[in-house]
Amino acid sequence: MSHSSSETALADLAGLWRIRCFEETVTRLRVEEQIAGSVHLCIGQEAIPVGACAALDLTRDAVFATYRGHGWALACGAGPAALFAELLGRETGTNGGRAGSAYLSDPDHGFYGENSIVGAGGPIAVGAALAARYDGSGRVALTVFGDGAMNQGAVHEAMNMASAFDLSVVFLVENNRYSELTPIAAMVRDADLVTRSAAYGMPGTRVDGNDVDAVRRAVAEAVDTCRSGRGPVLIEAHTQRLVGHYIGDAQVYRPRDEVELARTTEPIVVLTAALRAAGVSDTELTGIETRVRAEIETAAATALAAPPADPSAVKEHVYG
Amino acid sequence: MDEITYAQAVNAALRRALVEDSSTVLFGEDVALPGGVHGVTRRLRREFGERVFDTPISESAILGGAVGAAIMGLRPIVEIMWADFAFVAFDQLINQAANVRYVSRGRLTAPMTVRTQQGATPGSCAQHSQNVEALFAHIPGLRVCLPATPQDAYDLLLTAIACDDPVVVIESRALYHSVKGTVEQDRPRAPVGGARIHRTGSDISVVTWGPMLHTVLEAAQVLEGSGVSVEVIDARWLNPFDTDTVAESVSRTGRLAVVHEANLTGGFGAEVIARVVERGMPLSAPPLRIATDDLRIPAAPGLQQAAIPSRDAVVRQLLSVCAPGVAA
Ligand SMILES: Cc1ncc(C[n+]2csc(CCOP(=O)(O)OP(=O)(O)O)c2C)c(N)n1
Repeated sequence: MSHSSSETALADLAGLWRIRCFEETVTRLRVEEQIAGSVHLCIGQEAIPVGACAALDLTRDAVFATYRGHGWALACGAGPAALFAELLGRETGTNGGRAGSAYLSDPDHGFYGENSIVGAGGPIAVGAALAARYDGSGRVALTVFGDGAMNQGAVHEAMNMASAFDLSVVFLVENNRYSELTPIAAMVRDADLVTRSAAYGMPGTRVDGNDVDAVRRAVAEAVDTCRSGRGPVLIEAHTQRLVGHYIGDAQVYRPRDEVELARTTEPIVVLTAALRAAGVSDTELTGIETRVRAEIETAAATALAAPPADPSAVKEHVYG
Repeated sequence: MDEITYAQAVNAALRRALVEDSSTVLFGEDVALPGGVHGVTRRLRREFGERVFDTPISESAILGGAVGAAIMGLRPIVEIMWADFAFVAFDQLINQAANVRYVSRGRLTAPMTVRTQQGATPGSCAQHSQNVEALFAHIPGLRVCLPATPQDAYDLLLTAIACDDPVVVIESRALYHSVKGTVEQDRPRAPVGGARIHRTGSDISVVTWGPMLHTVLEAAQVLEGSGVSVEVIDARWLNPFDTDTVAESVSRTGRLAVVHEANLTGGFGAEVIARVVERGMPLSAPPLRIATDDLRIPAAPGLQQAAIPSRDAVVRQLLSVCAPGVAA
């Protein structure tokens, strides 16, 4: 590993840990019932947002994610304290408690939001790319969704329209093999989802979604394709979640050893091993984790000290 | 008789339907092998094999699949996991299912049952919290019911499945595992329609449905302490709506309120009041609608509480109509 690439790799590792620690803290707060409602974690899938956001220009590009989107918000640059506060229903949350875990957004950082309707981000990303036709921003719209969302009509409509109009949309499938509690393989004839790109006449790439650098390269190439007017692009990133679909999911539908096996190929393990092999010391590696953990703990404490969302303002913002 | 939960009552009704009628099939997202995200359809796959199956995340294919299968003689029961998700496939319900009988002048029918659930629970986001019964009830050709007790979760579902028209059964996520009761399971199926008076009273008739029934019953209990006697009517079916039972009640109490968790404007409460007023019933106070303000539903529990009628809010508003000047 050259010096500059190892610098990048260390930053990647910090990015992975930031999301991991955030999600672990969320788990604790949910179990303690400080956070209410359904929470979908991305533990195991962190390399995809870290790699993808590194290839975007978030001063002009736009990300449209799903309910499994805490990692995407963080990778876009949303502050962990504001994100915790949102999950905790505090006034200082990214959405002042209106959105919660599954629907939060932070447009100041190019994060146009999660969406808790499967597949709904696709058509909206098409619109964001359409706007770039008129505003001259050169914006690329990236929409990320799960394998299960590939079976939603809205996603098909979005891919077709983006292709028909050569729009700058990156369709990024996080294929974690499950749509909620059902294996994707049981719900499609061809589980090789990227092959669908051919039907729309757009380029399609398959990538190891646990490898930050591979994701970054794939998304960078897709962004190039889009910026030169040859979009859209479909990317299928293979990954696995190390936890349930939501906090509390007993995962009875998963083979016993599947998660154990997945732990050996998950992004933090893979990148840590690569850095160690490249000569980075254990002290430096554990130092990254310790520093990030402290940062996340502080952010959580800040959020917990914030006042609850103000009920007297509940009727505001329905209309302008 | 053992007490069972609302969710178990739904499960028992599905089992009975599958046992009694071999043309019944059950499908939807995660309903079969996983047994449903709320555990409502547990064990049915094991018992009924391929008549119970999981589908892709494709609501149009689920609802349209039900329409086509129903036209051809099956009696499909499908699940739309959250009522909010029906919006991605409204076409199949509204333009398709609801038209089948009418345009074919009865040569075709679509005897399908759509089970879904709705409402806000702490932390549920704006896309997983809406109360949409009025949208369904607005559509001629669809039947709509909202069970609020385990017995009704059982009875109304069986009635819906036996009905030869498309029925939307709107269950309550909040009630699935929180209410229990004994459920009589061997009665003959009731016909479609019919409200139920849960509590008799003489000062005001309160019409409600879904989980709000329990809030209203608690409010009625509180109001009894203030000397106000509340009659609580669970509408149960919005289509057909049992205007007679409500009108008869109002003829005794002289006052009418409607309480629902759905938004105020265009809510079915307005329809209930219009129907009573149209009958020329004399009222000793203006009719009252208690509903969620016209908002999106916020996720934070504290914000939700501010938006959705609570027991105390119901008490306060009913008191203002029945005993103006008396503080709650
Ligand atoms: C239109 C719609 N249908 C169903 C759901 C319920 N639901 C939420 S997540 C999910 C599974 C999605 O699976 P996938 O797209 O593979 O993403 P993953 O959760 O694995 O990230 C389902 C069915 C929903 N939110 N929206």
